[in-house]
Amino acid sequence: MTTQLDAASGARSPSLTLDTNHQTGPTETMASLPTAIGIRDVSIYYGSFRAVKDVTIDIPKNRITAIIGPSGCGKSTLLRSINRMNDLVPSARVEGRMDFHGENLYADYVDPVEVRRRIGMVFQKPNPFPKSIYDNVAFGPRITGMKGNMDELVESCLRRAALWDEVKDKLKASGLTLSGGQQQRLCIARAIATEPDVILMDEPCSALDPRSTLQIEDLMAELKENYTIVIVTHNMQQAARASDFTVFLTMDDDRAGYPVEQGPTIELFTNPKNQLTEDYVTGRFG
Amino acid sequence: MTSATVTSASVERTLAGRGVDWRGLVFLLLLLGSLLLTIAILLTLLIDQTARAIPVFQERGIDFLTAPLSSNPDKAGVGQGILGTIVIGVLVSLFCFPLGILTAVYLEEYAPDNRVTRFININVRNLAGVPSIVYGLLGLTVFVAFFAALGFPNNGRNIIAGALALTALILPIVIITSAEALRAVPQALREGGYGVGASRWEVTRRLVLPAATPGILTGTILALARALGETAPLLLAGAILGTFSSAGGVESLLTGPYTVLPMTVYDWSRRPQEEFRALTSAAIIVLLFVTLFFNTVAIFLRNRYQKSW
Repeated sequence: MTTQLDAASGARSPSLTLDTNHQTGPTETMASLPTAIGIRDVSIYYGSFRAVKDVTIDIPKNRITAIIGPSGCGKSTLLRSINRMNDLVPSARVEGRMDFHGENLYADYVDPVEVRRRIGMVFQKPNPFPKSIYDNVAFGPRITGMKGNMDELVESCLRRAALWDEVKDKLKASGLTLSGGQQQRLCIARAIATEPDVILMDEPCSALDPRSTLQIEDLMAELKENYTIVIVTHNMQQAARASDFTVFLTMDDDRAGYPVEQGPTIELFTNPKNQLTEDYVTGRFG
Repeated sequence: MTSATVTSASVERTLAGRGVDWRGLVFLLLLLGSLLLTIAILLTLLIDQTARAIPVFQERGIDFLTAPLSSNPDKAGVGQGILGTIVIGVLVSLFCFPLGILTAVYLEEYAPDNRVTRFININVRNLAGVPSIVYGLLGLTVFVAFFAALGFPNNGRNIIAGALALTALILPIVIITSAEALRAVPQALREGGYGVGASRWEVTRRLVLPAATPGILTGTILALARALGETAPLLLAGAILGTFSSAGGVESLLTGPYTVLPMTVYDWSRRPQEEFRALTSAAIIVLLFVTLFFNTVAIFLRNRYQKSW
């Protein structure tokens, strides 16, 4: 069943198709489901500049949560702080609390390397390693000293990333010989090889053609059975199509991003509570 | 423009443009001229030296390459020079490459971007510009003195001290070229590695260094080729001018008197006897071959590591 959604005031508003096969039941809210990532009053600074402020979100387990908002409002910053990638930026600082299954991600004893094995990431531009397809997927497990059958693990990950049939005869070929959509699926396979619980996706389809984009969205719907997915996207149609829950971020006058509204995707897009949200999803700004 | 005024003549005129581009032509001739002049200079040098050198190779053949130094031009050969150059090449590689590459890795991958790091980077670049004879002085006052104090023969003037002086000379160059090669590795590669839970060491070792290998190899081997052609530092640090005999054996090789090809060239060029003119040219040709060999190895290794990944 699909719901056709048009903006109230016509003209240049886009129409969004919500395929409710992807959606949650109407009784589910972010708070009612078990939480994979709990974000409480988080602000993120680069030096003295506050990029993100006062974020409180409960990312539900085994669902797809989309983070949308205009450019520069801190969506990627927020995402990257979940798997502590911002540690690589010396001036970055996180205040507030971020929990992963109840454990504080930023506690002193926490090893960021370990965090990144449990919370994987797929980047905007596909970045497979300049190695063979097999070695790309095997890279993570090899580092963790995985014992057991590597061939089986690689095949399993490539199957779960919907790439196995296309590459099973050329596992030794370089990952860079694949097409853009295939490379991104390879990066997804690589990310799930370390058996994470959560997969973060930073605009994973923005460098891909529409067909590959839809392939990846279908893949996400399959993956959410076993993983929690958080996706940052510029593409509202994608958020509407593919996600179960949506968080809408915008910028205040000091260019700090803050969450305006969050909730089940259907509600956010068909019945937004905040005027800013309605303006954004109907395309009046952003 | 209405269709009535578009005649074939006017179109032809429009498409023909401004006619011959004279300024462009002059510029092109200037570029070609510079190229030809440069090549002409190099070729003249090469042909001149080869012409003088050929009689020596014709008369003496292999003997020239193996014979030791001698004050008798009919017997003198570059054997000791070649041996010294090879040994110094091996020693300099051993000392300089790990040190230089690891320093570059630290500066590029580990060091925080603060004033101290920037200061170090600037000074490494300054050191690369220091005249080579200063490194000779360093070799003499530090390395030779060190060996002399330890009681080594020949007043401490041995090939190891010479190699250390040359190491100091090319270390800044190795650091700079390796750092450039590391900087050229795209950040996306590192992010991909961190993203699957690799530590900084693992990212550096398994992703960044392999990707930077072609650039690092090229830079280090070219630096080595430069070191092998240096005369000034070894002049001070103790390579022998004149003749000497080696007792043979590794110890004598490492701790006894030594010479290198550039020194041989320098030495013979100062001899008054006429016969030494041809010998000098022959030694120059041998030196050029050694340099060419190392440059070729550099290019070969770089191409081999730049696979189609």
